[in-house]
Amino acid sequence: MATQEKIIHVRDLVKKFGNFTANDHLNFDVYKGDIYGFLGANGAGKTTAIKILCGLSYPTSGTVEVAGLNIYKERENIKKDIGYMSQKFSLYEQLTVQENIRFYGGIYGLKKKELNEAGNHMIETLQLQNERHKIVGDLPLGWKQKLAFSIAIMHNPCIVFLDEPTGGVDPKTRRQFWELIYQAADRGITVFVTTHYMDEAEYCQRLSIMVDGRIEALGKPEDLKNEHAAGSMEEVFIKLARKQKETS
Amino acid sequence: MRTILILLRKEFIMIFRDRTMLPIIFVMPLLQLLILVNAATFDMKNIKMFIIDKDHSATSLRLQNKFSGSPFFRIEDQSMNVEGGHNSLLKGNADVVLHLENGFEHDLMTEKQTKAQLLVNGINSRTAGLINAYTSNVIADFNKNVIIDNLHLKGDQMLQVNISSSFWFNPSLNYKNYMVPGILVILVTIIGMFLTALNIVREKELGTIEQINVTPIKKHQFVIGKLFPFWLIALFELAFGLTLGKLMFDIPIEGSLLVLFSFAAIYLLVILALGLFISVSAKTQQQVMFVTFFFMLVFILMSGLFTPENSMPIWAQRANAINPLAYFMRVNRMVLLKGSGFADIANEFISISVFALVSLSLAIWRYRKTK
Repeated sequence: MATQEKIIHVRDLVKKFGNFTANDHLNFDVYKGDIYGFLGANGAGKTTAIKILCGLSYPTSGTVEVAGLNIYKERENIKKDIGYMSQKFSLYEQLTVQENIRFYGGIYGLKKKELNEAGNHMIETLQLQNERHKIVGDLPLGWKQKLAFSIAIMHNPCIVFLDEPTGGVDPKTRRQFWELIYQAADRGITVFVTTHYMDEAEYCQRLSIMVDGRIEALGKPEDLKNEHAAGSMEEVFIKLARKQKETS
Repeated sequence: MRTILILLRKEFIMIFRDRTMLPIIFVMPLLQLLILVNAATFDMKNIKMFIIDKDHSATSLRLQNKFSGSPFFRIEDQSMNVEGGHNSLLKGNADVVLHLENGFEHDLMTEKQTKAQLLVNGINSRTAGLINAYTSNVIADFNKNVIIDNLHLKGDQMLQVNISSSFWFNPSLNYKNYMVPGILVILVTIIGMFLTALNIVREKELGTIEQINVTPIKKHQFVIGKLFPFWLIALFELAFGLTLGKLMFDIPIEGSLLVLFSFAAIYLLVILALGLFISVSAKTQQQVMFVTFFFMLVFILMSGLFTPENSMPIWAQRANAINPLAYFMRVNRMVLLKGSGFADIANEFISISVFALVSLSLAIWRYRKTK
């Protein structure tokens, strides 16, 4: 599915908080239609990088382009074309499922008809017919995460950023979640996802592994496994993290 | 425009779904008016008096009766010696001690003048001043009677200046007429500032603001969506409070409500913008509470709610030029008690409009979608 059209183009991205360098000269490209895994241990700098790509945070230096637009100059235009699902559940818990759908659809400028269609389709796909008018805060976590993802792509963005979308979710729901990700990719939406689960890493078409603010490995899962003579992504990950520890 | 309407719809749903909102809107003004207006009284009643009467003459007794007959004084106790009086003042059993020496009557009869000593508890200078004035009044009245009786003059034979005074704008000096407009200002300000500030920082704490910040919502849309509901609620609160004030205390509404609400509308922009500014600068609800509380306290105490602005030191009066509460406090009383119109409060209108412009710009500038 992946093409050669670059959706994300990052060169020498640096983000410093005082003396601490959270992102140390990151270089990577994400192509249209990719499911791109952005892996790394806790505190490796994944969320920092995602926030920069979404326009929530300024980079210290470097070139960043999202959907062909410059992050410094056209941040607000980029926002029309991206979806974002943060680590922390951030739909309105006091609103019902339907009200959240209407709110975010409206904010992204969906017309009433489009909004109704998209909403109905979403409710059907997620099988939330009975929960439509329930307060979101009362739903189980897994359902909330699936709803948040569906709302993040309701306006058909060119790319969606998912920051640990399956944290704390049971294995069955995680699988369903990845089915949703594949459906989105089929619709032509590029997916940029961070995760801690190495089995999920195998589902990605391309991925990079961050260690202490730097990208230590980048490529297809099979290539990375061959390169590091590892049987699974988990082994690759641990080898990279260990190597880092020995050198530091 | 559509985006703003969508934001507003969401905001109103969330405000009224919050179970604490309705009590805040309806019970708070009722309690504030009932408690504060009745409790924060300037009137002096039941001044506790202790009398040391060493004379025990007909004249000293008449003076005593003069006090015990007054609705403002209550004779707590009396004794023949000084210690009793001093002790009751020390223990707080008396606010004022009247000391009549032996020979009080004798001096009056022979020397045509006599002395009495007044000891007033001065801890609260305002009460002390009032007690002194009340007591002097009673004694002056007593003096007049003594002169008439003893010199066998008829009242009209006395040369005296009769002062007849009338109090404008609040003829009966009803302190409630003075307090209710003041309390209303506080009420509207608290509602506007706290609710706005807490609402936005709550979205920060929950993380929902991040989801908003990745959308193409424009800054002004977000700000209007956040401020308009509380602007409306605060204006409603003013109307509700005025109605309560009219029904419960029958406060006068001399001026035009249009003038009052026009001013309130602009004033609220200042207050809401301050709330917004505080909340976009803070990270937690706790920080917001502390900062807002600090500002409110300074604003309220300086505003002239209790202390007339004119009797503040010059520096404080100058500082009040940047206290929005002082403006509204003044305007509210002017319009309600004096019936001032647009022309009379033109200066206040201009000042508060400048405030609104500055504080709104500051708040919008301070709100960042990108950190």
